[in-house]
Amino acid sequence: MINPEDVRNAITDKTILISIMFANNEIGTIHPVKEIGKIAKEKGVLFHCDATQAVGKIPVDVQEAGIDLMSFTGHKIYGPKGIGALYVRRKAPRVRLVPMIDGGGHERGMRSGTLAVPLIVGFGKAIELCEQEMVEETRRIKALRDRLQEGIMNAMEEVYLNGHPTERLPGNLNISFAYVEGESLLMGVKEIALSSGFACTSATLEPSYVLRALGVGSDLAHSSIRFGLGRFTTAEEVEYTIDRMIKAVNHLREMSPLYEMAKEGIDLKTVEWAAH
Amino acid sequence: MAYSEKVIDHYNNPRNMGSFKKEEDGVGTGIVGAPECGDVMKLQIKVENDTIVDAKFKTFGCGSAIASSSLATEWLKGKTVDQAGQIKNTEIVQELNLPPVKIHCSVLAEDAIKAALNDYKKKAETETKPEESTASTGS
Repeated sequence: MINPEDVRNAITDKTILISIMFANNEIGTIHPVKEIGKIAKEKGVLFHCDATQAVGKIPVDVQEAGIDLMSFTGHKIYGPKGIGALYVRRKAPRVRLVPMIDGGGHERGMRSGTLAVPLIVGFGKAIELCEQEMVEETRRIKALRDRLQEGIMNAMEEVYLNGHPTERLPGNLNISFAYVEGESLLMGVKEIALSSGFACTSATLEPSYVLRALGVGSDLAHSSIRFGLGRFTTAEEVEYTIDRMIKAVNHLREMSPLYEMAKEGIDLKTVEWAAH
Repeated sequence: MAYSEKVIDHYNNPRNMGSFKKEEDGVGTGIVGAPECGDVMKLQIKVENDTIVDAKFKTFGCGSAIASSSLATEWLKGKTVDQAGQIKNTEIVQELNLPPVKIHCSVLAEDAIKAALNDYKKKAETETKPEESTASTGS
């Protein structure tokens, strides 16, 4: 979790903007936004939040948190794809923006271009539904997530939770499974929509930067899976997922030379690997 | 990502998954890769009279890595030590339909084969040396 004091110490007399993720998409950590907002006010620095993962899921109050600019989107809250929003504070202070898209002067000169009315209506409706359901949904999803977490972590040894244990999005779970590689695990449960920090299909072989920043060892970072629960997740799906995950992890551990070495008592950190 | 049928098959039904004891006679062990890279392959061969009679693998890595090493053990069985050294990663790529981004898995499998062969040859050398010295004292 971001330490507000680190933010305070990072501010110089040249700083004009602080930009923080309200909640992290990989590990679900909810940051101390209110404390950071206070510091921003003290120092007279504008405070922007990327609240894509937070809006509609947890209470977000720009006044209370001292947020001056906030980005969020429709497609993360069961609204249409292709529409997002930027909240821009008008009072105390008034935030002035230079448009990136200029021309007709729409949206008070901030973004030119005819508004996409159907998308906006869909976005608005999605927000309305989230607001109506938030309290009950949060309770329901958190219970399902906690059950998923307990079901998986109690059934196996050497599984580690990534991210804050309590200050996390109700529908997010991120777990590392020692000695098992993330992509092979996803293949073993391919009928379930999950994601991992694997990167061997991206340009580099680097695993998740978020996990690296947390100090998670590179082998464990290659072994992490993100579970996302939402409006349409059912209890049956959670039980099914627990069962499939246990089977897949055990299957892969049987196949894993690292698991074998660990069982023999070898400390993997001391091994000299012949990487190519 | 879309996985090829053959790769999924090797994941569900790995061929020759397991281990020999390293010290066993005629066993060559190759371990290549590193956990930080997300790929570690252990390949073992059992050799009798210059022929590979059995092979085993264990792999930490993506589906393509598992399939490449599993396939390697299938191909190794029945080959002579020299023939085994001829196995090329490109043949693995072709057999498993590996996409370009997964070619390095086949390269690692070829490295693992060579490492196992080298280990076997090194052990075979040290085993024959004591026999030579007793022969010379005998004559």
